Amino acid sequence: MPEKSATRRPRVGLFVTCLVDLMRPSVGFAAVKLLEDAGCIVDVPSQTCCGQPAFNSGDRANARAIAEKTIAAFERFDYVVAPSGSCAGQIRKHYPELFQGDPNLAPRAAKLADKTYELVSFLVDVMGVTGVEATFSGDVTYHDSCSGLRELGVKSQPRMLLSSVEGLKLVEMKENEVCCGFGGTFAVKYGDISDSIVSKKTENVSDSGAHTLLAGDLGCLMNMAGKLQREGKTVEVRHVAEVLAGMTDTPPIGAPAEAAE
Amino acid sequence: MTAHPTSPRFKDNARKALDDAQLQKALGNVRQNFIERRAAVAAKLPEFEALRDSARDIKNHTLENLDLYLERYEDAVTKAGGQVHWARTAAEAREAIVGICKRVGAKTVTKGKSMISEEIALNDAIEAAGMQAVETDLGEYIIQPRHEAPSHIIAPAVHLNATQVESDFRKHHTHLDPNRDLSQPTQLLTEARTILREKFLAADVGITGANFLIAETGTSIIVTNEGNGDLTQTLPKIHIVIASIEKVVPTLEDASQILRVLARSATGQEMSVYTTFSTGPRRPGDVDGPEEYHVVLLDNGRSAMLGTEFQEMLRCIRCGACMNHCPVYHAVGGHAYGWVYPGPMGAVLTPTLIGVDKGGHLPNASTFCGRCESVCPVRIPLPKLMRHWREREFERHLTPATVRSGLGFWAFFAKRPALYRLATGLAMRGLARLGKAKGRFTSLPFASGWTDHRDFPAPQGKTFQQQWKARRNGRSA
Repeated sequence: MPEKSATRRPRVGLFVTCLVDLMRPSVGFAAVKLLEDAGCIVDVPSQTCCGQPAFNSGDRANARAIAEKTIAAFERFDYVVAPSGSCAGQIRKHYPELFQGDPNLAPRAAKLADKTYELVSFLVDVMGVTGVEATFSGDVTYHDSCSGLRELGVKSQPRMLLSSVEGLKLVEMKENEVCCGFGGTFAVKYGDISDSIVSKKTENVSDSGAHTLLAGDLGCLMNMAGKLQREGKTVEVRHVAEVLAGMTDTPPIGAPAEAAE
Repeated sequence: MTAHPTSPRFKDNARKALDDAQLQKALGNVRQNFIERRAAVAAKLPEFEALRDSARDIKNHTLENLDLYLERYEDAVTKAGGQVHWARTAAEAREAIVGICKRVGAKTVTKGKSMISEEIALNDAIEAAGMQAVETDLGEYIIQPRHEAPSHIIAPAVHLNATQVESDFRKHHTHLDPNRDLSQPTQLLTEARTILREKFLAADVGITGANFLIAETGTSIIVTNEGNGDLTQTLPKIHIVIASIEKVVPTLEDASQILRVLARSATGQEMSVYTTFSTGPRRPGDVDGPEEYHVVLLDNGRSAMLGTEFQEMLRCIRCGACMNHCPVYHAVGGHAYGWVYPGPMGAVLTPTLIGVDKGGHLPNASTFCGRCESVCPVRIPLPKLMRHWREREFERHLTPATVRSGLGFWAFFAKRPALYRLATGLAMRGLARLGKAKGRFTSLPFASGWTDHRDFPAPQGKTFQQQWKARRNGRSA
């Protein structure tokens, strides 16, 4: 266990993300547990969304307006942590771009960007966590979500922590770094193409033989879970934080309450 | 062929491509082979990432001083005995080329592989002037009689399989024995080669593209794997190079540097089989080479990209790595993009060249997975540039009304946290109740784009923020 008493416990603002807030709050509570176990003081300021849908749709005015609110809500924390590579990437990589040349907001966006992290990489890279106390039985496979992987370098951290979960065996699927076809509004705007991409993904998931599919982004997880279920496959889908926090008593994504044990 | 883009019908094109079982099988090869080979060859070269930086820097430097290097290049070509023809538009380029061909009374014009020639629809212009244009790159040779555009910038016939090629060869090579054996790919290759040999010897004019133009020497460089480019440019009396202005680099050293990332990124080769340098026409004492050497330098909208957010696109060296790694390209192939340039590089370039009103779908049809940028040898931030197109579309109100109003509705709440919590709290509770029994929805009237293809999970119930507030109040009480 890391030495906690020697230094001041960092204050972390949890950017819960709109999808977790609305769809799957249990991921948020798993994140809180993991952060608190790692020695952080966690708070959740009033928040909505990082603004990525507006930003990626070319709507800079709304993207800026929403980002400005996020900056104001979170800049008082030592760190901002999100259980999502995509939303953390938006703050870390794209907020500075959004306010480029703005004498007031550019420095504030840059400061916030510097202290914003994706949950699992924050635990490992910043808090020095090397393992978790959790148990989970069965084979799991892990999908590397694009923004986390390519914008933030999230790759080894979730695998390292998963390897410390008692009873869990990680089996890698083929093409685990390939996009699942979610892409935010892409999944709806180009549904046919998105469907083709996610079908390849679910094929790789089932070929891996794993019983559970994990990833660090709820958007991708909802997409993959939705496709697996449409195909009648029994693979269960969860956010990696739920497993790492040992909070798997809630039903998997898209499963009815009765199915939970 | 290329004159009328079908890019505005991208969604229909994509649907057709997804339903084409043969195409889907062919795309499986792209998805696997190119990626594995590139990864292997890049891993073998410790300085590969540093070379990508260097390639980016060379291109950036050149673009910052493009006028200077273009003039220097023209001087050098002239000194070597060649002639540069400046073409502002596709039409001017076609005129210049057809004009030369007519002047020398050409009947047969052989062509090396050139995407610029596709961009300006050169074959149609040559044929319209009563001459025969013969593509000599095997892939291009295969698709020419099909009147198809290349479906990939370095593997033009990647959408076809051997059986289709065999049936086309039987249809078009009617002078050959109909009972000949063409069951092996090598037999197809031999047949194409034999026919092309005659064309090379008969050609009056040879046209090639250029991977690089060297400002200091006036040299043009092509990289090929079949040697057809060499035969195209050395045998006829006239050699015409058609290239766009951003192909220029300052020195031979610069080109050599970029060559080290080009083939590795493209086909996963360390170098292509042939890297051919040509400088001017045949000199006194040379045993071979053309009598005339022309370079048609095409702008076609490129200089207008300089100084804009799209300038970085002009670094592109046309390796195809972005499409090789693109999940959307893997799903629909190159023809769905509807014009000359497919994949991520095409999604950025096409709106520049045919207008964002026509090419607007392409930069939108991306998940922004970022894999293209992660392999681009000159580090073009392709997703960012696609996003810039979306911004321009949004500004010009070209974004579909449904997307716009949906986005506006959502943004209204996202900017008002209190209202957001109230509205989402109610909505999620309702949805959760509706979806409780199954845990998910198989159809949702307001999200059919999603539920047409996959289930939508039911929310858990109270939002995180509601629960957090309750928990905190509970704690402090």
